[in-house]
Amino acid sequence: MINIHEVIETNQMIEKENLDVRTITMGISLLDCADTNLDELNRKVFEKITTMAKDLVATGDRLGKKFGIPIVNKRISVTPIALVGSSACKTPEDFVTIAKTLDRAAKTVGVNFIGGYSALVSKGMTTADRLLIESIPQALAETDQVCSSVNVGSTRTGINMDAVRLMGEIVLKTAEATKEKDSLGCAKLVIFCNAPDDNPFMAGAFHGVTEADAIINVGVSGPGVVKTALESVRGADFGTLCETIKKTAFKITRVGQLIATEASKALGIPFGIVDLSLAPTPAVGDSVAEIFQEMGLEHAGAPGTTAALALLNDQVKKGGVMASSYVGGLSGAFIPVSEDQGMIDAVQAGALTLEKLEAMTCVCSVGLDMIAIPGSTNATTISGIIADEMAIGMINAKTTAVRLIPVIGKDVGDIVEFGGLLGYAPIMPVNNFSCDAFVARGGRIPAPIHSFKN
Amino acid sequence: MKKTIITVVGKDCVGIIAKVCTYLAENKVNILDISQTIVQDYFNMMMVVDANNSPKENHEIAEDLDAIGKEIGVIIKAQHEDIFDMMHRI
Repeated sequence: MINIHEVIETNQMIEKENLDVRTITMGISLLDCADTNLDELNRKVFEKITTMAKDLVATGDRLGKKFGIPIVNKRISVTPIALVGSSACKTPEDFVTIAKTLDRAAKTVGVNFIGGYSALVSKGMTTADRLLIESIPQALAETDQVCSSVNVGSTRTGINMDAVRLMGEIVLKTAEATKEKDSLGCAKLVIFCNAPDDNPFMAGAFHGVTEADAIINVGVSGPGVVKTALESVRGADFGTLCETIKKTAFKITRVGQLIATEASKALGIPFGIVDLSLAPTPAVGDSVAEIFQEMGLEHAGAPGTTAALALLNDQVKKGGVMASSYVGGLSGAFIPVSEDQGMIDAVQAGALTLEKLEAMTCVCSVGLDMIAIPGSTNATTISGIIADEMAIGMINAKTTAVRLIPVIGKDVGDIVEFGGLLGYAPIMPVNNFSCDAFVARGGRIPAPIHSFKN
Repeated sequence: MKKTIITVVGKDCVGIIAKVCTYLAENKVNILDISQTIVQDYFNMMMVVDANNSPKENHEIAEDLDAIGKEIGVIIKAQHEDIFDMMHRI
């Protein structure tokens, strides 16, 4: 029988330490909506999404109340649209009509975001892939809830440098197309290496082609809970530190597992995975950087940060895998800058640079995330940063991603405000030495030697 | 039989238990156990109840009690026991 202290502990996590279920994401396959007629395709896409997900938001809210835990976001991920629209779309504008359909469907069912305006081009680009990528700036400028991602590399295929070069230009064009809103479009665009098929987190969620017709994936959060737990072991050795993180991660993930199975049952859709990520928000006390501080670093970015992040990421996984029957997605610690008050403070204090963040991405769950850079940055420089990050993912067989926001009209020292969960960020300096000739080469970087496992 | 855990957290407890119990009786919710403790000067009460025969769903009971709590200035939560079981029991 549960005792009062356990009940109080759980409720303190929820009320004081910002424990929540970050997202219930319904993955929906749109492969059966493919059609050569664009209008017909749009009709089928709208109909399928609004039918499958009609009860998603209400179910999420009801479960949140039943268990007394906030379920912050309800989202949808769909099959990469480059595949769905390949036979109907002859121009980038044709693809934009699908983006608008997704946006309308998302608003109709009331979800926060819909992901999957995506192309998977880790080895090569089809005509449809290229058209979709070219349509991204307009699609993100003319929709509110659509999120886009492009997978440009993997450990098995190497890195598609043509796509990397193109994405540098697309990121800048997206920034330009949404400059009235501080280039907000770029906050909804992720470039991946080794993108997982079942990630529930935005902006990089899509419903992979290896997935079933529909699936429920759940992402949990709770950096504040880990931070509070570590307060009780100040000064203790690393063994104790790791044990504490592991136990806490277990508890957090169990909540995700519960919500995932309940949501799956209520909606009649199979349960996919729990993504046991520590996802920060701009709220104080909901920060991954504050965990580093609790571990003994003055600021995120101080020497020791990469080690601290490595152990945090690993212990979160060790605690989480036992708590859930299926773990997937990105799972680990996220290190977005604008969405984490402690990271913002670290940048403002001069403790955290883009180069240190890059090093940290070798051991975190994803990559360079929500980093605002000057709007005057060259497209090739952005491509160079993407290439570096993709190389880290390819060689280390991990997911890496880039979500940079070149804020048009702003420069180092300015602050950009995105609002809500996306937070705000100081513009960070970028190394502007040229990589033009390197990026201009084109072609592919071959897969690494350790990809040959057959 | 799945149970529901009701918690009341607040500064003072005059009339609170009466109010909660009246609501539970009106809605056919049976009280199985009550315990209480003081944490950081706050009165914490936990009730284990059986709401399976109630005409109301879990989330409706949670909404109603939340409203009663707001009326009298305490926090009242009703949560399905599974969230605690999952977190604290392997």
